[in-house]
Amino acid sequence: MFKGRSTVKKFFIYGFICTGLIISDYQFDQMQRFRGWLSVAVTPVQWLVDVPQRSWTWLDERLQVRDELIAENKQLRAQTLLAERRVQKLAALTVENFRLRDLLNSSEQLDEKVIVSELIGINSDPFVHQVIINNGFNSGAFTGQPVLDATGVMGQVIFTSAYTSRVLLITDADHAIPVEVNRNGLRSVAYGLGHYDYLELQDLSDTADIEVGDTLVSSGLGLRFPKGYPVAEVIEVQHFAGQNFAKVLAKPTAALGRSRHLLLIETPQQQSLAQQEVK
Amino acid sequence: MVMQRAHNLWVPFVTLLIAFMLSALPMLEWVQWGWPEWVLMVFLYWVIALPQRFGIGWAFVLGLLLDLLQGTHLGINALAMVVATFIVILMYRRLRMYRLWQQAFVICVLVVIYQCISYWLQGIGSNASSGLWFLLPAPISGVLWLWLFVVLRGIRRAFKVA
Repeated sequence: MFKGRSTVKKFFIYGFICTGLIISDYQFDQMQRFRGWLSVAVTPVQWLVDVPQRSWTWLDERLQVRDELIAENKQLRAQTLLAERRVQKLAALTVENFRLRDLLNSSEQLDEKVIVSELIGINSDPFVHQVIINNGFNSGAFTGQPVLDATGVMGQVIFTSAYTSRVLLITDADHAIPVEVNRNGLRSVAYGLGHYDYLELQDLSDTADIEVGDTLVSSGLGLRFPKGYPVAEVIEVQHFAGQNFAKVLAKPTAALGRSRHLLLIETPQQQSLAQQEVK
Repeated sequence: MVMQRAHNLWVPFVTLLIAFMLSALPMLEWVQWGWPEWVLMVFLYWVIALPQRFGIGWAFVLGLLLDLLQGTHLGINALAMVVATFIVILMYRRLRMYRLWQQAFVICVLVVIYQCISYWLQGIGSNASSGLWFLLPAPISGVLWLWLFVVLRGIRRAFKVA
């Protein structure tokens, strides 16, 4: 019989195994590697779920009317032209910047390697702001790697399997990113609140020079995110009489809920850091 | 007791695969809050229908897969699945006798238990919190059971799954 004592015994055995797994997953880093390979088992499900979206894009691309395509093409060409003009200017500026940094003996590198990645899944748990992308450790993604979209910092890779990785967004309640105010270099840390539209700066004194509309960029402290990428824009500054700290809310500049194409950034210092962690 | 010969056992696994896909579907934020526990419900149906085939062992495996899919710590969903399945195995005979709405109520309670276990265990290492909203999928799963049970029973009879 399948009922009775054997069920109770089984219940306790499996309950015990689960508890052991949970504890070891919290405690030991080696579990990450193990998980990475186990996760390959659910990769097909993640791909399957993405099929409707992908086939829709595919159909859409094929069914678009010729005129529309021509118009879009023209528009894109114009955009490219504008962007190229800016890049030309930027190239000169970059060289100049290099020279100046050389003069200052600064070791900071400006060049970063970039992997273009595509979103294939979103975590369905509303408490966890994570997305899944189609690059795993087989194509160069590593834990701790910063992730951007076209308009700002999205988050960081927290877990890699062979073919996919999991990205923790900056708005997750467990995430914090070191930032500075672009206008005056005021440093702070932007904490996620578990809400897609807000980040909070908790440690700014009441007299700090920060205003609504200020752009927050990544400060590069903490060696995780590269310096100078836009993170958020300040949308609310509240002062409380008698309190030491102001309450500052900011809205992420990246389209956290919408972006489908993401960039994985690879800075030299980042890589060496990741390699150290592996050792 | 003589074990029946297995017949069309792939059918439950196909329904479970669909449940997995449903649970991983990207969704609007407010829909996510009330998104029912598909995998748990489909699996519990098969436990009630075929307790000699689906038991705590499978609950453990499916829970682990859910953990991998959702990125929670390994074992959290597995433990919640094992507990819910254990309760169902203890009372599946009674459940079969129940009316549909009574079953739906039991399922609702089971989802509450499931959510509590997984939510609290996840809460150990994190600081997300927003009241009791995490229980919202429970009543929705209960209502959904009225439909899901009929559909799955239809599938089971059509394919003569044993």
